[in-house]
Amino acid sequence: MSDARERDDGPDSKQGVSRRGFLSSVGTGALSLAAARQAAAAEMPPPTEVVQAAELTQVVLQINGRQHQLLVEPRWSLAYVLRERLGLTGTKVGCERGECGACTVLIGDTPRYACMTLAVEAEGVTITTLEGLMLGEDLGPTQQAFVEEDAYQCGYCTPGQIMTVEGLVRAQPDPSLETIQVGMSGNLCRCGAYPHIFRAARRAAALRRGEGGAS
Amino acid sequence: MTAERDERYWEEGLDIPQTPAPSSDPEPWKETRIVGTPRPRVDAYERVSGTAVYPSDVMLPQMLYGAILRSPHANAVVKGVDVSRAEALPGVRAVISAFTPTDRSIRGHETLLREDLFVPHCRFEGEVVAAVAADTPYQAADAVRAIAVEYDVLPFLADERRALDSDAPLVHETGNRVSAPGRYSRGDVEGGFAEADVVLEREYRTEAEIHTPMELHGCVARWDGDALTLWESTQGVFSVQAQVASSLGMPLSKVRVVGHYVGGGFGSKLQPGKYTLIAALLAKQTARPVKLFLTREESYLTVGNRPPNNMRLKAGVKRDGTLTALDFYATGTGGAYRAGGTGALDWLIRDLYACANVRIETQDLYINAGPARPFRAPGHPQCAWALEQLMDEMADAIGMDPVDLRLKNVPTVSQGRGNAPYTTTGLAACIEEGAKAFGWREARSALLRQPADAAVRRGVGMAAGLWVAGGGGPPSTAIVKLFADGSVNLNMGASDIGTGTKTVMAMVVAEELGVDPDAVQIEHADTGSTPYATGSGGSKTVPTESPAVRAAALDVKRQVLDIAAEEMEVAADTLAMRDGKIVSTADPPAERPIAELRGLRARGTVTGVGYRGPNPEGKAVNPFAAQFCELEVNLHTGEVRILRFLGAHDSGRVMNRLTYQNQVFGGITMGIGLAMTEERVLDVDQTGKMVNINWHDYKIPTALDVPADMMCVPIDRPDDEANTTGAKGIGEPATIPTAPAIANAITHAVGVRVTSTPATPARVVQLLADARKGG
Repeated sequence: MSDARERDDGPDSKQGVSRRGFLSSVGTGALSLAAARQAAAAEMPPPTEVVQAAELTQVVLQINGRQHQLLVEPRWSLAYVLRERLGLTGTKVGCERGECGACTVLIGDTPRYACMTLAVEAEGVTITTLEGLMLGEDLGPTQQAFVEEDAYQCGYCTPGQIMTVEGLVRAQPDPSLETIQVGMSGNLCRCGAYPHIFRAARRAAALRRGEGGAS
Repeated sequence: MTAERDERYWEEGLDIPQTPAPSSDPEPWKETRIVGTPRPRVDAYERVSGTAVYPSDVMLPQMLYGAILRSPHANAVVKGVDVSRAEALPGVRAVISAFTPTDRSIRGHETLLREDLFVPHCRFEGEVVAAVAADTPYQAADAVRAIAVEYDVLPFLADERRALDSDAPLVHETGNRVSAPGRYSRGDVEGGFAEADVVLEREYRTEAEIHTPMELHGCVARWDGDALTLWESTQGVFSVQAQVASSLGMPLSKVRVVGHYVGGGFGSKLQPGKYTLIAALLAKQTARPVKLFLTREESYLTVGNRPPNNMRLKAGVKRDGTLTALDFYATGTGGAYRAGGTGALDWLIRDLYACANVRIETQDLYINAGPARPFRAPGHPQCAWALEQLMDEMADAIGMDPVDLRLKNVPTVSQGRGNAPYTTTGLAACIEEGAKAFGWREARSALLRQPADAAVRRGVGMAAGLWVAGGGGPPSTAIVKLFADGSVNLNMGASDIGTGTKTVMAMVVAEELGVDPDAVQIEHADTGSTPYATGSGGSKTVPTESPAVRAAALDVKRQVLDIAAEEMEVAADTLAMRDGKIVSTADPPAERPIAELRGLRARGTVTGVGYRGPNPEGKAVNPFAAQFCELEVNLHTGEVRILRFLGAHDSGRVMNRLTYQNQVFGGITMGIGLAMTEERVLDVDQTGKMVNINWHDYKIPTALDVPADMMCVPIDRPDDEANTTGAKGIGEPATIPTAPAIANAITHAVGVRVTSTPATPARVVQLLADARKGG
């Protein structure tokens, strides 16, 4: 496989991964490894720093308002680093191929699949996970909305659903039902709690607008 | 006071009774204050804050990651496994296979390893061949890819419809029949057809579905000397414990299985997997904890499916709507091993409608595919797909409303069980009240006025159903512990698979002990610290566990009221527990906070034990359902858009209105998947492999595929004869009528009948084209 090949290649190989190439890709969407390589080859001068697949590289990640200095393999996904290296297990993993949305986090204010984001891509941006929506030990408004509307069953997709609703209501203070359905369509719920999730999204928007009261 | 008691000096001065007998037969609740209300979950905070630790979230010091190499072939014999390259990779700690020298630490399990786990003959794509443990999951995946396997690839069978052809490859040497055909009959079927005014015969097919729960299948395994602890993503910790202990030859007490949370199962997590044993063996060999969760792709191949079924149904009906005969022949496959390919497939034919003359034959077949596992209401949605479509066609043929035809044939006894009476049947109420709330008759007449040349046409459809189980039963033991301050601990073995079990049980405790449900802390689903419970499946968890929990709470209540009666100097039968207080209805009225009971404070806790009593003898306990939908079909593209859905369900007493409704909507959503999008696609011609092993290619309903307009109409009638809480199950019945209701609505909209799932635009547009040619 390609990982093994990369380890065998010498330091001059073009197959290595440029960290500068990754940095330039941040903000343009969850680029695949191959696409990032192409982008690096097409747009960047010859890389000055080449990182081999198994070689640990240092990154600084801004997660939930704190800086984390970490050594990571370039191939490690942000989801893996959050869950298995930092213990932020509020972020779930369902498919590791950008289909289910269980790993959704906010990059800035935008929901992104952490399984499709490499940890080295995530430098220099602010990352918010489910844990980061907590107000100390109290639930944030979007979390509260999910409780009130019973917007989950097994709860495993719920962190991703909450993060997507959070991104939605940050962008749109009063989303229509259609906007909510389109906005939530990248987050699968096998238990089928969607109708309650739609209600929770509306409730979250209302709570965010400062409209408490009965749901 | 006994002599034995006197010797227990540490209890000196405390009045501790002997373990009391459990309450036998409490009266049904006449009115309830907490049970039946809509209530957010008692574990809501954990689920939305991220503090809930699912098995896949467990992290232990020095933990390794496991991964499994699986056969890429539908049918092959493993000739050799070379693990040398894998073992040399960085971070790799162990590699095991049937061809790898056994390490001293797991030598005692050599037979299990070579003959049961890593079977040389891999009869389906995804059968296990080898496994590794490494420092990171990435390294484990590298190691799996570095293992070289020599396969002898054999001819395969990937379509059960060809299983009995003379030239079909044999999945097992004994042939492709799993067993002799299943047969059932009553009455005189030929006579029944002779009396009918209309006889129709049709063929139907439902495709295989994959469960795909959001949390992958897997576990974390840790040894402490000769004791094994497993954190398994499971619906039943005691089932996992029993099977692991048996496979590893260990005492039950040395296998502790913990499953506090589970990210969905739908029947596919009622048993451990080979992965469970592999994780345990890898952990043993490496002397490290091992986390082994499957990849999503593996989960499509190896941890269950709803079998595909082929059904031929012939039915006779008189002009007045009387069903005269049903003749059902069906095949199905649970894959390469006996796994219920036609399990429970015929139950609706036997039991849903009154019909004196019934004949059934089912044939379970082998193919080279992953074994089935129970999938939400096994057999029932498939059978409903056939029966409920034919009911509509017969209604049309005799000029009767589909609702009226069904109401004409509502039985009062379970014909499939020798006419045992149902404790309660709400089938007629589901159909009538559902139709009323939906506006069925108004919608049908309004839709007659659609313009003839419209490119998008609307239709409405309905279907009914019942679930063969759903009454629950023994065994179940629950323990309730009241603390001196009036707060409560509930200890039970059952899993809460997302249906809200914990919340319902807290509500039962709160109802009896007069405390807030939030004051009830729950210990559950841990073989080491909770009493035995059966797995959470079969829509039986609430009717099984809630009577035991109620009995345990009543046991506590009796003891506390005895203490209170003595201290308040009134008769115990004038006392009640309410709002954290003991309240006396005697004259003069008196009350005392629970926390001020001296006897309770002296004891620290009062513990009650409750057992689940038996179900009534000679009676059938079943939940019933009817669902209604409205949709539109685009005649140009074949696209179907579901506009609204209504589920009317008789599941006995509604325990929690909010989680009940969530189950109904979830069942409808899953049924939409069966009807509209879900289909396991096997390459039947060249490789036998499944070609859509991810959520991109195997489509489950998304937020855009379900209507926001869903309505839940509970037929809230406590079934007091069934058990002491009057509840029946809701999870499975909620998905039984959905798919045929959609199919019937499509026919109502555009005239064509979709007899094979899924109703994709391609299939619908083809049927429309065929209809134009034929018409």
